[in-house]
Amino acid sequence: MPQAQVTMDVRKVRDGVSVIDIKGELTAFAEGVLMSAYDEASDGGVRAIILNFEGLEYMNSSGIGLLVTLLIRVNREKQKLLTYGLSDHYRSIFQITRLDDAISIYDTETEALRAANKA
Amino acid sequence: MAGQPPQPKENLQKNPRDAAYWAQGVKALKISEVPEGAVNLNVEGRRVVGPLQGFGRMWQKTYRIPLEGSGATPAEVVKVWKERFPEFWMPGNRFLAPKGGLAPGAVALINSDVPGSRWFSTGVMVLYSDEESFTYMTPEGHPFSGWITFSSYADDEGTTVAQAQLIIRANDPLYELMMPVGLHRIEDRTWQHTLRSLASYFGTGGKVESRVTCLDPRRQWSQAGNIRYNALIWSMIYAVLAPMRPRRERKPTN
Repeated sequence: MPQAQVTMDVRKVRDGVSVIDIKGELTAFAEGVLMSAYDEASDGGVRAIILNFEGLEYMNSSGIGLLVTLLIRVNREKQKLLTYGLSDHYRSIFQITRLDDAISIYDTETEALRAANKA
Repeated sequence: MAGQPPQPKENLQKNPRDAAYWAQGVKALKISEVPEGAVNLNVEGRRVVGPLQGFGRMWQKTYRIPLEGSGATPAEVVKVWKERFPEFWMPGNRFLAPKGGLAPGAVALINSDVPGSRWFSTGVMVLYSDEESFTYMTPEGHPFSGWITFSSYADDEGTTVAQAQLIIRANDPLYELMMPVGLHRIEDRTWQHTLRSLASYFGTGGKVESRVTCLDPRRQWSQAGNIRYNALIWSMIYAVLAPMRPRRERKPTN
């Protein structure tokens, strides 16, 4: 089976807020990497997780499915999921799949952090 | 996918490699052509809905079958699956693919027999389609709100595997009530039959492996109003009113 072509680095940017920098391809093979990154990001009472998609190079429908699975986990932990760095193309995918109903989209990390702090 | 030479970041943002695989800018569904005798109901003008817009518990259902000895590559399997999708379906159901095939953004009608209604009508939109997978998204009123992804891959032993994976919720409270008393079973049978038919086409048999996980046990009461689009209710109303319509319109084609 192909390996995940993605890296996800976790940054604790403020108390209670973590950023996951996604670089590469978001497909079914990224499941383990994404869930490990989430576990690391939510360690220590985090209330908001921000996904940075500036480095996203490719996403298929299984990748979108992974984001739904992640969202369910985040909701279960009563955390908030936010994103920034989506290109116009990936923004339109969030709209058509209606992920944007549940995941807030921001242009920059500063805006996402501001919104996270209100969470 | 993987294996292609890296592009500068700016190019990737402007021309992402997956751009051609996704449906674009769909606000409401539009049927380009309705085959003779088919019922176009509960699809035209409806919005597509994902697992976040449904009412019931969220399920992930995965069905897979190894195509041992077939010699087919994942790309060959998916190509055949797309081209012959209606042939692999359960008897009693008609999957009416558009003439242009299952390209991203294409809308297919589904006409099924259900107790009390000859013409249960709904449909799906092709959300995503590449060489090794394709995904349907359902419209408002469909029994399920979500995505169904059909894919093929080579497992660790090199055997080509065909897989159908659903991430779904029952769309409204009526469908949610029907889940334990038949809808789950219908869904299981549908995709198990599809995979067996696909395997048979490639000259193999075998058992379909099924895995069902409840991703979210909560019901979304804010979505209870989805029932106003319920395709089963509207299909029954359509059937009851059938005698009042002109004969040519009523006659189904088998």
